[in-house]
Amino acid sequence: MKYKNYQLFWLVVLRVTIGWHFLYEGMVKLINPNWSSVGFLLDSEGFLSGVFKSMAANAGLLQWIDWINIWGLIAIGIGLILGIFCRVAISGGVLLLAMYYLSHPPFVGLSYAMPTEGSYLIVNKVLIEMITMIVLLVFPTSKFIGVDRLIFSRK
Amino acid sequence: MSEEKNKNINRRDVLKGLVTLPVAGAFAYSWYQKQKLTQMLKNALNDEINLDEEQLAFSAESTNNKQLRLGIIGTGGRGRHLLMAAGFVHPETIDDWKYWAKENKTDKRYEEYMQQEDLNLVVTGVCDIYENNAEKGLKASANSFRNGIEGKMGNTPTRYNNYQDLLAADNIDAVIIATPDHWHGTITIASAKAGKHVYCEKPMTWTVQETYDVVNAVKDNNIVFQLGHQNRQTESHFKARQAYEKGLLGKVNLIEVTTNRNSPGGAWQYHIPENANSNNIDWNQFIGPAPWHDFSLERFFRWRCWWDYSTGLSGDLFTHEFDAMNQILDLGIAESAMASGGIYYYKDGRTVPDVLQMTFEYPSRDLSLLYSASLASNKKRGKTIMGHDAFMEVGGDLKLYADPGSTKYKEKIEEGIIDPKLPLYSFTPGMKQVDAITSPTEQYFAGRGLLYTYRGGKRVDTSHLHIKEWVNCIRTGKQPSCNVDQGFEEAMTAHMGTLSYHENRKVFWDADKQQIV
Repeated sequence: MKYKNYQLFWLVVLRVTIGWHFLYEGMVKLINPNWSSVGFLLDSEGFLSGVFKSMAANAGLLQWIDWINIWGLIAIGIGLILGIFCRVAISGGVLLLAMYYLSHPPFVGLSYAMPTEGSYLIVNKVLIEMITMIVLLVFPTSKFIGVDRLIFSRK
Repeated sequence: MSEEKNKNINRRDVLKGLVTLPVAGAFAYSWYQKQKLTQMLKNALNDEINLDEEQLAFSAESTNNKQLRLGIIGTGGRGRHLLMAAGFVHPETIDDWKYWAKENKTDKRYEEYMQQEDLNLVVTGVCDIYENNAEKGLKASANSFRNGIEGKMGNTPTRYNNYQDLLAADNIDAVIIATPDHWHGTITIASAKAGKHVYCEKPMTWTVQETYDVVNAVKDNNIVFQLGHQNRQTESHFKARQAYEKGLLGKVNLIEVTTNRNSPGGAWQYHIPENANSNNIDWNQFIGPAPWHDFSLERFFRWRCWWDYSTGLSGDLFTHEFDAMNQILDLGIAESAMASGGIYYYKDGRTVPDVLQMTFEYPSRDLSLLYSASLASNKKRGKTIMGHDAFMEVGGDLKLYADPGSTKYKEKIEEGIIDPKLPLYSFTPGMKQVDAITSPTEQYFAGRGLLYTYRGGKRVDTSHLHIKEWVNCIRTGKQPSCNVDQGFEEAMTAHMGTLSYHENRKVFWDADKQQIV
């Protein structure tokens, strides 16, 4: 794929800002000894809420989920900012965001205890961030700007 | 582009490969700045409040040195909960819990019960005047191995038809009393005289006179008495007491405690079993010290609705709130009380009010204690302790907010270190736990820290801890946290409110003569 310079620039800016967001979300959870995904999982509504609630009920699984959230967010954040293994990082991010979205879908008739900062109907910022990341998968940049350029040798 | 150029990493590649590295640096720097500010604010706050965030650990005290033989008088709903807290659950309930644990993974009742400490108790006597309850009490008491109906059972205790016979038994060291209110005093006194240690449900007494008699009987016979205010074990209440003792609230001038419920069960319209009748209920014994009334299923099962057997909102629900405040602030008996209210919603023939306001004055402490209750509105209000410098909301958790007009925190508020909109201190035990609470009445009690609390981060039944403390005290000769002196303060204050309601006047406590005037 070939980009014009200004196209590449804005795609990288998008990638780096999303990376920043992931990294900070992960770090905040890392330094809070009381953070756990349990409240978020229990607040789940919609057609998959049973799955998410049973995740919360399983103490062993819950520890693992907490771990994957903290370190997953951090790793994805670094991956996006520096452009390291970016394809894997973005795919992981899409997966995490899909879980967040599906556990709290802003569908008609569902309401949540967890506060949101805006007004959403079906589409919320989680969904938008997820789709944006899919766009980044379709328009990859890390092999031009990013450590991946050094890792993967060109054809 | 040539082959040669593509294979080697040149300077241009390195530059483009690492061009976003400064962003990572910017992140690290912003993170550091933010953490520094947070830490500075936190340190400044810690200097001010200096409360530890430690969770309460399990008490290491040994409880197992000698098996204690229990009798239970009254095995209705509350009595059976206390049996469970002591380690005895009806086998069908165990099967139910197992079933629900399979159906719903957040249902941890079975798991938590199996983890409940074995207090090395045995139930040797059961007394209830309603066949069905006595039967359930016997089945639960025999279940010393915590099995379902298919499992092995322990010895079935002796069933007694009246409490006097139970108290005369040699093989009983201590009794749990969970009868209607009008029997609490009489049976406690008889138990003390028989030399049995007593765990009695709240309120301690039904009449003012009994209150003195209970104190004398307990002290003269040197028994260990615990009043059933399990809030004494609630973790957040210990933190609230610490905060108060450290003076974080400034001068406390008003305490507001409340009751809000809005369901028939919450308003004491309990279910009346279809097969209950005068043949399987010992009505004469139920009446006991109460004025005579012909047999009535309603009065038997919904006794809380009639003054003839009940102590109304004051004795039944205010006492929980009062004892919590007495635990946190050492309030003692109020110097005066003024009450008003009425039967405004549940016009079902009851004589006790369903809406009640009571104001208790403590002029020597420069504070008022306000109680406000409705059994027909679920508006969420909690327990709030208001001081000049901060106010504190106490329930299962604890939140302390600085007052914008505070003198103590004035500078720190101006410097932006303290934000009055955010809690200055908050304590939420068991944050990483799953809570599965079912009925509205359960939610009411859980929100007040009356159903369970946390030790070492694990959820435990407060009633279990309260019984454990009582059992420990019997074994070691110490005084429990809600002993007969606290009970005297609880009962007298509640009686003052009730008396004020009945007589429609302000009543006073004469501290010298130790009587209500």
